[in-house]
Amino acid sequence: MTGAFQRLSGWGRYPVQECRVFRPERCADVRPPVLAREGRTLIPRGLGRSYGDAAINGGGDVLDYSRMNRMRAFDAESGVLECEAGVSLADILDVFVPRGFFPPVMPGTKFVTLGGAIANDVHGKNHHRDGSFSQFVEQITLLTPSGEVVTCSPEEQPDVFWATAGGVGLTGVILEAKIRLKRIETAYCWVDYLRTKNIDDTLAAFAESDRNYEYSVAWVDCLAKGDSLGRSVLMRGNFAARADAPPGCRDPLQPKPKHGKPVPFDFPGFVLNSFSIGVFNQIFYALHPSRERQWVDYDSYFCPLDSIHHWNRMYGRRGFCQYQVTFPIEEAGGLTKLMERVSQSGCASFLAVLKRLGPGGPGLLSYPSEGYTISFDIPMRNDVVPLLREFDQRVLEHNGRLYCAKDAVALPETFAAMYPRLDEFRTIAGRLDPDGAFSSSLARRLGIVRPPAGGSAHE
Amino acid sequence: MNDLDARTPVPEPHAQMAAWGKGAVVIGATSAIARATAIELARQGYAVLLAARDMDENERIATDLRVRTGSPAVALPFDALDFPSHPAFVRTCIEHLGGALEGVVVCFGALEPQNELQADFTRARRILDVNFTAVVSVLEAFAPHFEQRRGGFIAAISSVAGDRGRQSNYHYGAAKAGLSVYLQGLRNRMFHAGVSVTTIKPGFVDSKMTFGLPGLVMLTHPETAGKAAATAIKKRKNVAYVPWFWRYIMLIIIHVPEFVFKRLKL
Repeated sequence: MTGAFQRLSGWGRYPVQECRVFRPERCADVRPPVLAREGRTLIPRGLGRSYGDAAINGGGDVLDYSRMNRMRAFDAESGVLECEAGVSLADILDVFVPRGFFPPVMPGTKFVTLGGAIANDVHGKNHHRDGSFSQFVEQITLLTPSGEVVTCSPEEQPDVFWATAGGVGLTGVILEAKIRLKRIETAYCWVDYLRTKNIDDTLAAFAESDRNYEYSVAWVDCLAKGDSLGRSVLMRGNFAARADAPPGCRDPLQPKPKHGKPVPFDFPGFVLNSFSIGVFNQIFYALHPSRERQWVDYDSYFCPLDSIHHWNRMYGRRGFCQYQVTFPIEEAGGLTKLMERVSQSGCASFLAVLKRLGPGGPGLLSYPSEGYTISFDIPMRNDVVPLLREFDQRVLEHNGRLYCAKDAVALPETFAAMYPRLDEFRTIAGRLDPDGAFSSSLARRLGIVRPPAGGSAHE
Repeated sequence: MNDLDARTPVPEPHAQMAAWGKGAVVIGATSAIARATAIELARQGYAVLLAARDMDENERIATDLRVRTGSPAVALPFDALDFPSHPAFVRTCIEHLGGALEGVVVCFGALEPQNELQADFTRARRILDVNFTAVVSVLEAFAPHFEQRRGGFIAAISSVAGDRGRQSNYHYGAAKAGLSVYLQGLRNRMFHAGVSVTTIKPGFVDSKMTFGLPGLVMLTHPETAGKAAATAIKKRKNVAYVPWFWRYIMLIIIHVPEFVFKRLKL
């Protein structure tokens, strides 16, 4: 199988770099590009929904695993699904929602692969209650950079498992995995909307309501200033029980299929400006008064943006950064300061998304940790890189951390300070990959892997 | 990767197969379009026999289909270029499904760089054989079953490349053109037995065959193409362009006068 040279980026379309891409469709085609390195490094990639440079490898190789998507076995008793890592959460939803099962953790988009969900240890609206994706992974079959097939789990080779969960692809190719799906009785959530006046109000509402809701998230109007800073709409929900299904729906596990609308082309840069975004935010806030028990089908609740294919084109050709960070509970002041700074800089985009996370897991590079996580879309401009690095410093001062799946600009010293277990990770990754065969643009930029001794870095 | 394949034993659903009521055969099952077509057929309630040369992959696809749809699926070995084996293959299919064998979809095909085919007739001939002769061989072996049964469907994946010869892939295009005409004739013959014959003509599909080729536009995902193919079969269409707009693109292309067309670099 030959590779194809392509200009690749993450979902934020910044940065864009030339990579040689291999896209196996059968098992026999996975191993050769992993083993025949010829001095180039390799990184696995799923559906390319990481925003920054986690799944690109400028000047190196990329293994697009999205076509390796066969399901292997399903046990309806335990809900354990075994499949190749290229299976997407969208596939899992299509197949298993009608049978009464749901992914244990749903990130903001269903267009991610199982491998990507594990490698970024993604979290969802239920993190405060259930933790991150890796909590539900029973086993990983890993093709290590040296060509061994290793199975690992929290019991078997746990060090490899917890380096791979959240390890942004640097420990090898996740070939297959077993995950535990959760049972649902209907495909609908009932959602309570709560409009809050400012940030304190919002955080208090999280503290108050997270006990009673399986899922919670807030959309923050990040252009609001002063006393209104942090005003939000909280969306808190639970899956509806069968007896509680919306009236008039024939099969509560089969909501009406929706057809996504694409954004057909890149919007010119002037379409999104502080005025148009401000108007959007006003309208969004006005449209969501506090209401109780709205029926929402799972797609609209969990993945609202998935119904607009290629929504990243709204930010035009230059792309955007998604800036997501977490602050510990006791550092909520840092969150407020960051929001003030973002608001003042005028760089921010539509809405910010805020959520209170529960305790972190054992993944060495896993992002989720107890506290408040907030994310902003920031359209790319000339001054964005230094601006985000300045934000990073503020986050660091408040013991916060950034998220590899989103980041495109941070510096290595920032990352090392935010991830105290980085050295442990390097030791395990170094054991699995003694020649430094696996690397990505992100891994080099953040210094997660050191450039191979004597060899030259790509960029 | 064989260490992986041997790991998961799956109960063989042969017994289920015969009792299923309706079944279909998908040949060349390891292509992405074939797999998507097979999944759609299984969702329409067919038991599916999957035929391919690479049995490791074929078993994986059969397992996937069973997990996804709950319909029985069995993997069978099939070698397109081993023409004498085709009648026995057809008998095996009939043994599995009997009178329930309602349809066959031929999805195998091959594409190689045109300059290499020009330099090596052995390889050029292989392209002609895989894309044309082998399809004729296997469908002729199936035809009597459907004639006797008086009903069902036959479908094969041809290509828009068969609508007009171009310098960039005329061996492949010629074989697909031959296939399209063969299917026209077969359709005429089978009509009298109440059997539909559907010619599927995909445009550019983002498949293993085309991955990395320059100059391809409006690529279709193989899943989309497979779903469209299954819909066309269900509707008993004669010729289906996949996606539909390729009908109009090809309409324009076949109407460019030859004295102009021969000057183009296509």
